[in-house]
Amino acid sequence: MTAAPVSASAISPGTSALLFLLRARTFVALILVFTYFAVMAPNFLSLANAVIISKHVALNAFLAIGMTFVIITGGIDLSVGSIVGLCGMVAGWLVINGIDLGVLGIGYSIQFNSLEVAVLTVIVGMFVGLINGLLITRLNVAPFIATLGTLYVARGAALLSSGGRTFPNLQGNADYGSDSFPFIGSGTVFGLPFMVWMLIVVALVAAYLANRTPLGRHIYAVGGNERGAALSGVKVNQVKIFVYVFSGFCAALVGVIIASQLQAAHPATGETFELNAIAAAVLGGTSMAGGRGRIGGTIVGAFVIGILSDGLIMMGVSSFWQTVIKGLVIIAAVVIDQAQSKLQARVALQQEAAASRAA
Amino acid sequence: MTGHHPIGLTIRGGVKVYPGTRALKGVDFDLRMGAVNVLVGENGAGKSTLMKVIAGVEDLTEGEVFLNGQPVNFRSKAEAVAAGIGIVFQELNLFPNLTVAENIFIGREPTRAGIDIDRDQQRRETTALMQRLEQPIDPDTPLGHLRIGQQQIVEIAKALAQDAKILILDEPTSALSAAECEVLFRIIDDLKAQGVGIVYISHRLEELIRVGDYITVLRDGEITGARAMAGVDIPWIVQAMIGGSSKEFGRTEAAAFGDEIFRAEDITLPRKGGGYAVDHLSLSIRAGEIVGLYGLMGAGRTEFVECIMAQHPHSGGRFFVEGRALTETDVTGRIRRGIALIPEDRKRDGLVQIMAIRENITLSALQRFARVFHLDLKAEAETAQRFIKDLTIKIASPENPVSSLSGGNQQKVVIGKALMTNPKILLMDEPSRGIDIGAKAEVFRLMRKLAAQGLGILFVTSDLDEVLALSDRIIVMANGRITGEFAAGTDAARVIAATSPNTAQTPDTTARNKTKESAA
Repeated sequence: MTAAPVSASAISPGTSALLFLLRARTFVALILVFTYFAVMAPNFLSLANAVIISKHVALNAFLAIGMTFVIITGGIDLSVGSIVGLCGMVAGWLVINGIDLGVLGIGYSIQFNSLEVAVLTVIVGMFVGLINGLLITRLNVAPFIATLGTLYVARGAALLSSGGRTFPNLQGNADYGSDSFPFIGSGTVFGLPFMVWMLIVVALVAAYLANRTPLGRHIYAVGGNERGAALSGVKVNQVKIFVYVFSGFCAALVGVIIASQLQAAHPATGETFELNAIAAAVLGGTSMAGGRGRIGGTIVGAFVIGILSDGLIMMGVSSFWQTVIKGLVIIAAVVIDQAQSKLQARVALQQEAAASRAA
Repeated sequence: MTGHHPIGLTIRGGVKVYPGTRALKGVDFDLRMGAVNVLVGENGAGKSTLMKVIAGVEDLTEGEVFLNGQPVNFRSKAEAVAAGIGIVFQELNLFPNLTVAENIFIGREPTRAGIDIDRDQQRRETTALMQRLEQPIDPDTPLGHLRIGQQQIVEIAKALAQDAKILILDEPTSALSAAECEVLFRIIDDLKAQGVGIVYISHRLEELIRVGDYITVLRDGEITGARAMAGVDIPWIVQAMIGGSSKEFGRTEAAAFGDEIFRAEDITLPRKGGGYAVDHLSLSIRAGEIVGLYGLMGAGRTEFVECIMAQHPHSGGRFFVEGRALTETDVTGRIRRGIALIPEDRKRDGLVQIMAIRENITLSALQRFARVFHLDLKAEAETAQRFIKDLTIKIASPENPVSSLSGGNQQKVVIGKALMTNPKILLMDEPSRGIDIGAKAEVFRLMRKLAAQGLGILFVTSDLDEVLALSDRIIVMANGRITGEFAAGTDAARVIAATSPNTAQTPDTTARNKTKESAA
């Protein structure tokens, strides 16, 4: 009873080729978009442009990776854009003011170096994610509502932190070791932007987590059938809390990176970023119904969206049209996704029917 | 007697063939008006099929149906309703969020000018119906606020509102309290007096004898007894139901049980609205023993099994595995202590349908393949393959989604998942539900093999043949309590009698709202 001959005989080569094309559709789309702009847009293929695009893509890709895990569990995280804004402000505050201990009556303040700033900011982002997770698991708030709430709260907190003003001039201070702060967003290592290296690390860790750890398997199981997973011994609440904390972590990284890139923190940063992140995940084949999605797909999805917007800008297409085109691409992606799952289910059924006939 | 009760509906030579099975094998059935026609038989005997034919849900493959002497052929439920046939299914098809009147007129709302729903007429007609049924139910009450018994009455009213001359009641008392049963019986008497022909399906034999005027017994798609109720007793029904021979899944070698491996002490599970779903229940299982937990729907068997698997945080009592108290409060901990559950509803509780067969079968035992957090995919695939081979699961590839498998193979995947956790006690809730005969036999053989290896098995079933043939010991539950305990080879009639002790003279447990329970 070996698998190979049965499956080979059960489906036609045409079907399997079509299925392969459908499975690789995001990649096909990426190649199409890339080739189109390479031919049509002047300077698109230059190295400088590649670096610029990859920096744009990276910001969305961080958020989309966190979002992918959340969506696989069957949830949604609307708060990531606000966490970006809040964490940018936190980073800005820490670089400029440190933590003032005046309230304790000592008259000192603690100043931080760049790494400490980044770590503290990331902790804030993970804390917001933890609140999302606790609201959803302990208090049974629907993910949409819970993260909509934290969307507003985090944005409000970001505005309150500066009274709505920008924290400017975040060059850092050599005395405190924070003069390297701008490096996070604009530095280069081995010819690649530092933030792109960060993305590579985060993406590899996320992909490893999804495919090679029990936690990753549990994330898929929770999204596929929560009750069934719980009865199989999966700690559903822990899994859910993890994905929201991880999403908060990813959003906080983006907040730090943007503040560092611009050397300024503005409280409105990150508005509607959550929608781009959802779009990238969905474009990459993540199912909103939960249980299905790949980190690799999401990254490619983020690249399709990023190249599409930058390419259209370079071709001088109006930004209004860009928005329309982006929307159409996302809808097309989901329609094709439906076709793929139907075909895939049919092929699997045919294979199993053939197997039970053979046995 | 026959003179008082004219025959309203007749089936002659009814044959119904489904792919692979003959559900009805030449059935002759007479339905008498103004009387209660009782229909009884084991699960899968063909009762539901016969009723679906009468209600227009299914077509006969061969044979004829006559209504008042005229041949009829209902092609849909709507046609049967138009001909005056109403059916109240065991599972209520009602909307808890709508009012009583809205429920009764759902899908055929009276309107003014074809647009505006005539609420006054709805309310008027509903009030009239409730008076006819002598029920003080306000038409504007949201249905979800009613007790389950009252909901059943609304369902009956819905059938009557469509001028039902023939009313089919499928296990109407399974969710009712004793007091609510009395109300139902009174309504049935009234309807009889009004000339309505009633078909009454139930597993509670004493109740059947009490309420019925005529009895028809089905076994494996054939009628094995049909007569007037006068003179019928339980042994006669049991004999007609299960016949002389029994399906054989018996033990081949002599039983050799080990020490006690599992014990439950004083388990309680409060029911919503008072009373207990599991009422101070204690039992113990020895290594190598197969214990069959038999009972009617709603007896609390599934709830008890769920208590063992930590699904009810409000349950009380203590469990012991190999003499040590089971203090773990979550599923993960209980699995680690050697308890494995094969749930009743495979699709909802047993499998993650969109995941691969391999991923499903290893889901409970992933830690086996993990070093700290790194998953050894090769070891996982090998073990999955070994279990698939051992359990003879017929598949093309372990990477296909589990949803592409047949029911029997899916069930084997669930069993494989449970076995991979190296359990000491296997809880199987209706392990043969929804799988074909061949797979059933394989599952039973497997249970025997596992017991011989020293597992303790507790299996819940509603199939009398199964529980008689497979169990080393039979425990019967009713109303959350143990009402009988029998050794293998016991008399079927005694087992059946234990399922409805004292014809259910239990205190009225009010507000047992099944709709809400399933929603929660």
